[in-house]
Amino acid sequence: MTRTDLAIIGAGPAGMSAASTAREAGLSVLLIDEQPEPGGQIWRAIERNASTRPEALAFLGPDYADGAARADRFRASGANYWPSSMVWHLDCPEEGDKTLLVAWDGVTRQVQARTVLIATGAMERPVPVPGWTLPGVMTIGAAQTVLKSSGLYPEAPLVLAGSGPLLLLFAAQCHAAGIPVAAVLDTTPSGAMLRGLPYLPKALFGWRSLLKGRRLMRVLAQSGIPVYRQVEGLEALGAERVEHVRFRSGGKAVKLEATTLLLHEGVVPNPQLTRLIGCEHRWDRAQRCFHPVLSDRGETSVPGVFVAGDGGGIGGAIAAENAGRIAALEIAEDFGAVNRPSGDIEIVKARDNRRAQMAVRPLLDAMYPPPAWIGKLDGDVPVCRCEEVSARAVRGAAADGAPGPNQAKAFLRAGMGPCQGRMCGLTVTEILADAHGKEPDAIGYYRIRPPIKPVTVGELAALDGAD
Amino acid sequence: MFRRLPDPRARPVHFTFEGEALTAHSGDSVAAALLGAGIGHSRTTPKSGTARAPYCMMGVCFECLIEIDGVPNRQGCLVEVRDGMAVRRQQGAPGLPEDLAGEGGQ
Repeated sequence: MTRTDLAIIGAGPAGMSAASTAREAGLSVLLIDEQPEPGGQIWRAIERNASTRPEALAFLGPDYADGAARADRFRASGANYWPSSMVWHLDCPEEGDKTLLVAWDGVTRQVQARTVLIATGAMERPVPVPGWTLPGVMTIGAAQTVLKSSGLYPEAPLVLAGSGPLLLLFAAQCHAAGIPVAAVLDTTPSGAMLRGLPYLPKALFGWRSLLKGRRLMRVLAQSGIPVYRQVEGLEALGAERVEHVRFRSGGKAVKLEATTLLLHEGVVPNPQLTRLIGCEHRWDRAQRCFHPVLSDRGETSVPGVFVAGDGGGIGGAIAAENAGRIAALEIAEDFGAVNRPSGDIEIVKARDNRRAQMAVRPLLDAMYPPPAWIGKLDGDVPVCRCEEVSARAVRGAAADGAPGPNQAKAFLRAGMGPCQGRMCGLTVTEILADAHGKEPDAIGYYRIRPPIKPVTVGELAALDGAD
Repeated sequence: MFRRLPDPRARPVHFTFEGEALTAHSGDSVAAALLGAGIGHSRTTPKSGTARAPYCMMGVCFECLIEIDGVPNRQGCLVEVRDGMAVRRQQGAPGLPEDLAGEGGQ
């Protein structure tokens, strides 16, 4: 068994920053992460690229390269670091320490932590268009991940489809790396600038992000990549794998060849751990996803469990780092490890930095609204990929009296496959909300139970008592 | 289906997929190694037996579930490929007798 003052889950911007900060205050810190290397998704493979592939830093851009210094700081912090390790249970009794069960290399290690910081970040919103289960259809983030970690890129013709900053960034990265993009299918509804305008004054606090966004739009415009606007009715077609994409753009039907189709409709908090501990969540209408309810300190409704970074609401890497710092300082103050005046000054600074980053979110939410069609889905399109449950079946369950996702799950097995609802949870909530004419808050979400990742019987049996 | 940017400093890693010898780069996940080697699909679904390939590459979609060195249900995107690894396609629900796997199951 391992004991620690602070257990952090996730080695992205929030987790690394919190670990470094808490160590500086003298706390014992254990950081647990699924990946073999620190950096999270945004700074994936940053250490390897910084040391052996400088050309990758050039096309991935300066914001990616910035991750190297963050990883260095984390490595030097003296935090205990368990890479390639999976938290499959987090138990938070009312009194005393929290218990984490962590699968690593075929055994389960037990951790007793006085406090826990969940920094598991975001995932891309699942985009259940017809054909999305065909091999060759992936998320933009998936392709970006293999580009960062392995220098792999999809063969031509490559089609990107969706909306939002990551689509623009990835198109720019492909262009800079010399990777041909056959077409960008922009699903953003018309009038993005007009919708964003009311939010522009406040967003100017985050002027750096705005300039970056403008630069990315310009790169795409000058790249020569054909861009189809106001794309609707997107479908992936093919027998064994994707061969074509079909869609409407400006009222015209278009069909293009595609070897790979990459989808992106924004990112949403990865809900698994906050749902597992049963903390309070609230539906965010602008972002069409649930957020855990957090105090100013970053604490959930479960005392002693904090969330920092995109897992608590989307804000990007710099906002996440500052949220990690805020949570770590608050925890250190609770422990009496930093004296209040100096700790509070640091917290105020981190809050200001975070606020400047979050200032652009309402503008982005207005310009790139999450897809409204997901809640309207019907027909054969698979909603739950694991158990192959269609949108029509989910509507049928609603008609048969399923008031929420847990009843739909019992009726249909949706959410009972290996991904445990990660891929269908939001869609099922949205369809049921639409079918019942209720708000998603009233419909709720899947109850998440341990183990939150599949573990082998061996990993269950080999629970270490002493470590 | 995927190509690789030139990387003269990469170290080759030798593994097998369905018994066939393949080469990856050090630092690849198993799922990335298969994409790089042109493997079109890495599993079939338990329900209908249709072919699937990785969707998210970050540990949330479970489409990359695969058998590694005899252990099924590994998330291929979270396991680093190693020399000598024996990787197999995951067909349907592993470890379930055929009569329990349901219609169309394998």
